[in-house]
Amino acid sequence: MSEQETGSTTAQPPVRESSPEAEVLESMSGSGRDRSSSFLGGLMSSSVGRNLGLVVALFALCLVGVATAGEQFASIDNALTILRLAAVIGVVSVGMTFVITGGGIDLSVGAIVALSSVWATTLATQSLARGNHWTVMVLVAVLVGLGCGLINGLLVAYGGVVPFIATLAMLAAARGLAEIIAQRRTQIVNVPGFTDFFRHDVLGIPLLVIIFALVALVGWVVLNRTTFGRRTFAVGGNPEAARLAGINVKRHTVALYAIVGLCCGIAAVMIVARTTTGSSTHGTLYELDAIAAVVIGGTLLSGGRGTIVGTVLGVLIFTTLSNVFTQNNLSSSAQSVAKGIIIVVAVLLQQRLATRSNSGGP
Amino acid sequence: MSRNTRRRRLALATGAALSGVLFLSACSTDTNDTDNDSGSSDSGQANAASSNDDPGKKVVIGFSGPAADHGWLAAINSSAIAEAKKYSDVELKTAEGTNDANQQISQVETFINDKVDAIVLLPTDGAALTDVATKAMEAGIPVVNVDREFSTPFAARTTVLGDNYGMGVSAGTYACDVIEKKGLDDAVVAEIAGIDALPLTQDRSKGFKDALKACGQNVDNRVAAEFTVESGEKAASNLLQAAPKIDVIWNHDDDQGVGVKAAFDNAGRDEFAFIGGAGSCNAMQWIKDGQMAATVIYPPTQAADGIGLARLIAQEKGMSDLVQVAVPKRVVLDAPVVTKDNVNDYQDLCFES
Repeated sequence: MSEQETGSTTAQPPVRESSPEAEVLESMSGSGRDRSSSFLGGLMSSSVGRNLGLVVALFALCLVGVATAGEQFASIDNALTILRLAAVIGVVSVGMTFVITGGGIDLSVGAIVALSSVWATTLATQSLARGNHWTVMVLVAVLVGLGCGLINGLLVAYGGVVPFIATLAMLAAARGLAEIIAQRRTQIVNVPGFTDFFRHDVLGIPLLVIIFALVALVGWVVLNRTTFGRRTFAVGGNPEAARLAGINVKRHTVALYAIVGLCCGIAAVMIVARTTTGSSTHGTLYELDAIAAVVIGGTLLSGGRGTIVGTVLGVLIFTTLSNVFTQNNLSSSAQSVAKGIIIVVAVLLQQRLATRSNSGGP
Repeated sequence: MSRNTRRRRLALATGAALSGVLFLSACSTDTNDTDNDSGSSDSGQANAASSNDDPGKKVVIGFSGPAADHGWLAAINSSAIAEAKKYSDVELKTAEGTNDANQQISQVETFINDKVDAIVLLPTDGAALTDVATKAMEAGIPVVNVDREFSTPFAARTTVLGDNYGMGVSAGTYACDVIEKKGLDDAVVAEIAGIDALPLTQDRSKGFKDALKACGQNVDNRVAAEFTVESGEKAASNLLQAAPKIDVIWNHDDDQGVGVKAAFDNAGRDEFAFIGGAGSCNAMQWIKDGQMAATVIYPPTQAADGIGLARLIAQEKGMSDLVQVAVPKRVVLDAPVVTKDNVNDYQDLCFES
């Protein structure tokens, strides 16, 4: 799944010459410059090279795991444990990639996960699900997530509220509402169909992991192979230019926040399935985990450049890290320190490579 | 009332049976460095030593608890680790410190993959960890559930719990004694609870109310804090404003008690008997200094007890003081009242806030 020079390769030949949209993309993706700079610099600053760097980092982490924990680390069961842990936060991170690529940020993802999980497991929802079908719970969670995302998007796009503030407000309000609905209790799922379904494996792969893979795949296709994706890069890179190029920036922004809300709804279903509970404490600090994964994946926080493959690798790096620490009896405090160092190193590397490729260009 | 006495009797019985384990873990708290430490730990060993302490089959125990974000939980982790160190036949795998149920589930999954001999689990949320604990049990790994209960009995081999209701009863009974000694008819009793929505807080308050009712008293003023110093200070300040004269105050938690005490000192109020809860080293010191009347223990050594029991279960031993050859299904720890008279006995059990 190689992901390269998103703007130029995906733009169709007919539009390429004439459409201002394509020109905007060309100027922002920086891919033209990459080709003319030195080979190594070009490779490292292209998205393939960046992803290669992440793969190397992940591989190194796995080597550390094998060296320190041996067979216990290098087992299929352990790989599945890592993937199951990565699945929930991974789905949120895929949504976060969209919103950050589009030049925004969403601090409310954890709170939306909590609210969706609680709403989907209230007594009323559960009895409705028992009376009809367990998918009612899935539907409720997804709709609640989508609704919160829409509110965020409308506030940002049409209300003119800065994304940081709009989603900060949602962070506080959604978790508060979750606490009110659940009365701060843990709501246990008592719908046999729901829990049984999510316990299924397909060819030995847990369903949660498959959902994560599907979400990532759909996200990759939408971001890299559709007009919507190209517009996302344009809106994130330079909203004014995108508007002049005929993109409805406001509507597009709403759609981006709706996508991350939708992903939170899906993640809520997954966490309800994994814990068999809904709780207002679910998803605590997921916003930070998701943003960290997106950023070390190579998506620019300022928007205009984004990669789903990088995000998935970023999520895997953090979950593998926590697994290696658990295997080695190390405390989670040390783990947080390591996480912080990884974020800083990744961003410093990206900045150095970015400036090098800029100065090396024409 | 009958349920009340039955529970107390149960607590007494299990307390007596467990005193051995408790005393052993008393010497394991590494957070205190008092000068009588070595002396009491000798006597502790003598109280509880049995052939069960002799090295047996080598066992690997996995331990996972929530993030140590306040003193009591920090002591839970440190005393569990210290307990495991005491046994040459125990290898402890710790995955301490997360408040994310998703993360903790994967820690338990890792223990299952590693095929540990037993798991000691203090869940961030009992219900959320039930599924994975059941999985461990189905994989043949005994799970010792500590403090926060799972939602089905199939998820744990043994459950070790503090007695929240009993804590309230102990505090209420002590308050009754104080009121009787002072010779008051209608005393003003105040209560500073922890996070109100938690079942444990409701249990504590119910126990307190029931015990007060038995001596014809009731709670006149009640406020709730959130187990943090800041929230304790805020709640206590409001309480002092609301009640110009108070005879007895019970504060549920000594971690938040630091803030509660600060509010008392700021307002210059000390006309009441101040009762604490949990048993921090601060509280013990205040009791010695005469600034606090008493505190009710909520043992921070539950996970350490869990480790000890997990070792016995993995080695297929019973508890030496019981006739039964297997470790009991359920152990409810005692919630004794610590006053100036017995503070030295409990000093070693205290935890730093």
